[in-house]
Amino acid sequence: MKKFEYKDKKDTRSGFGAGLYELGKTNENVVALCADLTGSLKMNQFADEFPDRFIQCGISEANMIGTAAGLTIGGKIPFAGTFANFASGRVYDQIRQSVAYSDKNVKICASHAGITLGEDGATHQIMEDIGLMKMLPGMVVINPCDYNQTKAATIAIGKHEGPVYLRFGRPKVPNFTPEDQKFEIGKALLLNEGSDVSIFATGHLVWKAIEAAEILEQKGISCEIINIHTIKPLDADAVLKSVSKTKAVVTAEEHMMNGGLGDSIAQLLSRKLPTPIEMVAVDDKFGESGKPEDLLAKYGIDTKDIVSAVEQVLKRK
Amino acid sequence: MSDLNKLKSTASQVRRDIVRMVHAQNSGHPGGSLGCTDFLTALYFDIMNHNPDFDMDGKDQDLFFLSNGHLSALWYSVLARSGYFKTEELATFRTLDSRLQGHPTTKEGLPGVRVASGSLGQGLSVACGSAITKKLNRDSGLVFTLHGDGELQEGQIWEAAMFAAQHKIDNLIATVDYNGQQIDGPVNDIISLGNLRAKWESFGWKVLEMNGNDMEDVVKIINQAKTLTGKGMPIVILMKTEMGMGVDFMMGSHKWHGVAPNDKELKNALSQLEETIGDF
Repeated sequence: MKKFEYKDKKDTRSGFGAGLYELGKTNENVVALCADLTGSLKMNQFADEFPDRFIQCGISEANMIGTAAGLTIGGKIPFAGTFANFASGRVYDQIRQSVAYSDKNVKICASHAGITLGEDGATHQIMEDIGLMKMLPGMVVINPCDYNQTKAATIAIGKHEGPVYLRFGRPKVPNFTPEDQKFEIGKALLLNEGSDVSIFATGHLVWKAIEAAEILEQKGISCEIINIHTIKPLDADAVLKSVSKTKAVVTAEEHMMNGGLGDSIAQLLSRKLPTPIEMVAVDDKFGESGKPEDLLAKYGIDTKDIVSAVEQVLKRK
Repeated sequence: MSDLNKLKSTASQVRRDIVRMVHAQNSGHPGGSLGCTDFLTALYFDIMNHNPDFDMDGKDQDLFFLSNGHLSALWYSVLARSGYFKTEELATFRTLDSRLQGHPTTKEGLPGVRVASGSLGQGLSVACGSAITKKLNRDSGLVFTLHGDGELQEGQIWEAAMFAAQHKIDNLIATVDYNGQQIDGPVNDIISLGNLRAKWESFGWKVLEMNGNDMEDVVKIINQAKTLTGKGMPIVILMKTEMGMGVDFMMGSHKWHGVAPNDKELKNALSQLEETIGDF
């Protein structure tokens, strides 16, 4: 198996902040909005450097989404940031009507997604947002895996015309993807070639998938690892190509099983290439307060869970 | 100088369009549409600087957002009569494959529409965003909106109201259709708006009042509002209207909010509205 290394751990939200600042320097049409969480979303550098193009919305997320939609009329490219819970569930109808149905070039930037938000607990830990957003016609849904990839994704969506939901997180996680990577929306990344099982992972769970594959290698199991940073549009060709070789699938995500990445892959495979599949995701539960790593373990979305899911699916092959 | 007689005559034709469109599909919202006809006619035929050769960005033009999207029949008629699209297309209102959806949308590419509306309370936020973009682009165009009074029960309106004052969005003129009616009955019996003028003033807005069914007053007050732009405050006009204005049996009640006239009622309504430009 290929060796994966990292120099440091960094939070994906800082990757977003860095990417946004880069965009601000290169494209004067890029504007940023925030609902009283500028520091948490690492938008300070953009706000300090480009005060005319930074719009403080206060604790009014519905208004922030509508304002972002309006800003596009006349050519601005708004990046509207807040916690994922307030960037999706709280403002679903605003996104649905004023952004998605109206086909506005709005970038919804959703931080602190998933259970690794940690101690604040279930009120803030949204694990339904991928499902909510992917159901909207035309919405692109992206969940990058580390700092470098989030920075690259932020820059890439600035060049994409149309609504995007960019999902990232709070904790520091291994920063292992290349600093100079090109981010192609909708293109799955083959991280490791393998023959026994395909592991499709997104977001923070990509590194967990790598850890799981290393453990499984010791047991003589060869894992193909694919980073699905873009959940919608799903790279169907990459999924089908891998699965036609391995004939067994595990999906891994920091999200509810209903509506998540696993659900998208199962939908594709059941129609095109029925294959045994196991899903590492949260099974119809709200989260709770705790340390991110402890929560991943308790809610069954950790390295060990990917290992057992692989072992399970191989029995069904 | 505004040609008031021409505006009144245009408004009469628009009112005919509304009742005919709603009757044709036995579906739509005639009450509020008839009440706001004078306002929207004045806006498009006299007040706004706009180009019927539509482009989404509307650079250097005045923009209009219909936040209470259920007045779609009114807006479609005014857009068609202004030259945004052929008046024949009004016959497709609310039918399959039409660009004239039940509530306005950009999806079907109808010229004149810049954002979807229908789910209430969102238009003021969108207008704020487009007004900020105009400022960033050093574009001197103004942004106009229309809201229902019942719509003001939506919390997002007040989020936007605070936001507009905070950011000194002074190239924005919002208008409230203050007809006192909503679907379930009089606004005061549902959730009263209380002292609406004081509410807006306390939110940091400049407030004007006008009689929305008196063309002379409409033109005068909107022009007055224009002179108040650029002074650091957003502007709202509380526009008193009568729901169903122009058709006697539709006036004075919330009952014609979303009900279409039958054949006999259509005939009666049309007998009260002069055909001035020619029916579609």
